[in-house]
Amino acid sequence: MTVELKCHRGIGEKVQGIALVAHDNFSARYDLNRIAGVFSRPQHLLYGQSYVDKILVLNTSKGGVASAWMLYEMKSRAMAPKAILFNTTNTILAQGAAMANISLCDRFDDGDVTALIKTGDHIVVDPGEGLVTIL
Amino acid sequence: MKLTQEERSMLAGDMGEHKRWAMEHMIQVGNFFDAPDFVPISQAHMMADTESLGEAGVEFLEYLAEMVEEESPLAVPMLTDPRGIDLSCYKKFGQNDEMAKRERRAINACKKLGILMTDTCINYQIIMPPVKGDHVAFGDTGVVIYSNSVLGAYTNFEGGPSALAAGFSGRTPRYGLHLQENRMATKRFVIKDQPNGLTDWGVLGGYIGRMCGSYWQIPVIEGIDSVPSSDDMKHFGAAMASFGSTPLFHIVGITPEAPTLSAVCSESNLEVNEITSEHLDSLRNDFGKKGDKIDVVVFAAPQLSLVEMHDVANLLDGKTIHEDTAVIVCTAPAVGADCDRLGITQRIESSGAMVLRGTCFYQQYAREVAEARGWKRLLSNSTKIVNIISGYGYEPALASMEDCVASAIAGEIV
Repeated sequence: MTVELKCHRGIGEKVQGIALVAHDNFSARYDLNRIAGVFSRPQHLLYGQSYVDKILVLNTSKGGVASAWMLYEMKSRAMAPKAILFNTTNTILAQGAAMANISLCDRFDDGDVTALIKTGDHIVVDPGEGLVTIL
Repeated sequence: MKLTQEERSMLAGDMGEHKRWAMEHMIQVGNFFDAPDFVPISQAHMMADTESLGEAGVEFLEYLAEMVEEESPLAVPMLTDPRGIDLSCYKKFGQNDEMAKRERRAINACKKLGILMTDTCINYQIIMPPVKGDHVAFGDTGVVIYSNSVLGAYTNFEGGPSALAAGFSGRTPRYGLHLQENRMATKRFVIKDQPNGLTDWGVLGGYIGRMCGSYWQIPVIEGIDSVPSSDDMKHFGAAMASFGSTPLFHIVGITPEAPTLSAVCSESNLEVNEITSEHLDSLRNDFGKKGDKIDVVVFAAPQLSLVEMHDVANLLDGKTIHEDTAVIVCTAPAVGADCDRLGITQRIESSGAMVLRGTCFYQQYAREVAEARGWKRLLSNSTKIVNIISGYGYEPALASMEDCVASAIAGEIV
């Protein structure tokens, strides 16, 4: 049975992939080894895990401005997540997603998206419709 | 978004490719945040360190620069955040020629675009502080939170591409902190123990940021007994923005939008959160303990003001730092020039410390430098940098400026 989750209209193209979920926050500068493509901040709940081609599902974006250029740089090397879903994003991740053409959605109608989606779920993200479908 | 005739012309490409790209990018972002229209800005400030730009970002800047014929495509003055390399001493610092080559390419592209290479995250102290009500597009979280909170300017966090787009077009989508309704307080804090010194202010800011936890939560703070210095507010805001992605704070009776509590919130609607020294110790205790060995002591994040540089020089006068410990001091090029003229640089470097101009430690290939220098244990008086740097493989520790200097001499945390 599929589950549909409504959210605010997002950024980027319709994509599908496997979810990597944590109730934790996100900054490309603070949390990632972008060369290796893994979470590198020891305190992060996804420490050691690869984010490449995953659909990241996290609470909110944090910290700094660098994530905008970094998403663009990561995408150019095919070392980026396929999409990012947040409960709420800051301005930087939205700007970076627009620059990098990485799909991004937030503001879900049905509550905490990190509880609604589980790691390993196969999901479809449709930013134009503001819709995420768990297959 | 509602566009003016001029904005429609820019979007159509009638005013050149730079402005067309800028409008296309900003409309995507504006639609995402439900911006009704654009707001004119007076200046822009862009992060463009080559570590975050990478090869792709540098190529993008070069692509934009190649299209410049005679006039700069910028519509307003545009400044830069700290760069990734101090080209005068990068090998000694632990960086390589490939990094320097990329840095020179980025600098050349920015110059051709007409960008003023200020290379600073303290432009609000040393270049041109915005005034109350001034809409700007600033690209550094510490710059944004200070400008919004202490100066009463209006700016969102602008990533490099968006700051560049704002510079080309002279405007930014009207959302977030450009709207009065998003500047009202949503969290209320009462300080029970007064902060004393830069690190105390940083820890307090970090704690409040952690409690807020989102760009869309705005704290109002009561109970501050005396007017803080600009450097106090710098460390307070930078740490808050780092821990919480917080873009604005109000301090009742001190910051310009909060002459009274009721000016920024409805008192009865917000729960009171008291902050005591025990709360602050809970954050401080995450970062190092006495007796720990130290590889590198860092004064940065934000770059040091002239006053801070003078304080570091006074503490280091006549001292020699431990042979197994490095000391790195990052400041703006403009401050560096003053320090050279006033003999402050010489006083700092006589101890064995190294002064870097136009960079900030975490923005300059911190992971690669750690590998080159064999650094792991880092001590700083910046609450912001100890929050950031563990993702780069460091074990960070926090102490006051005085204790950082004493620890650098001892080779361990005192």
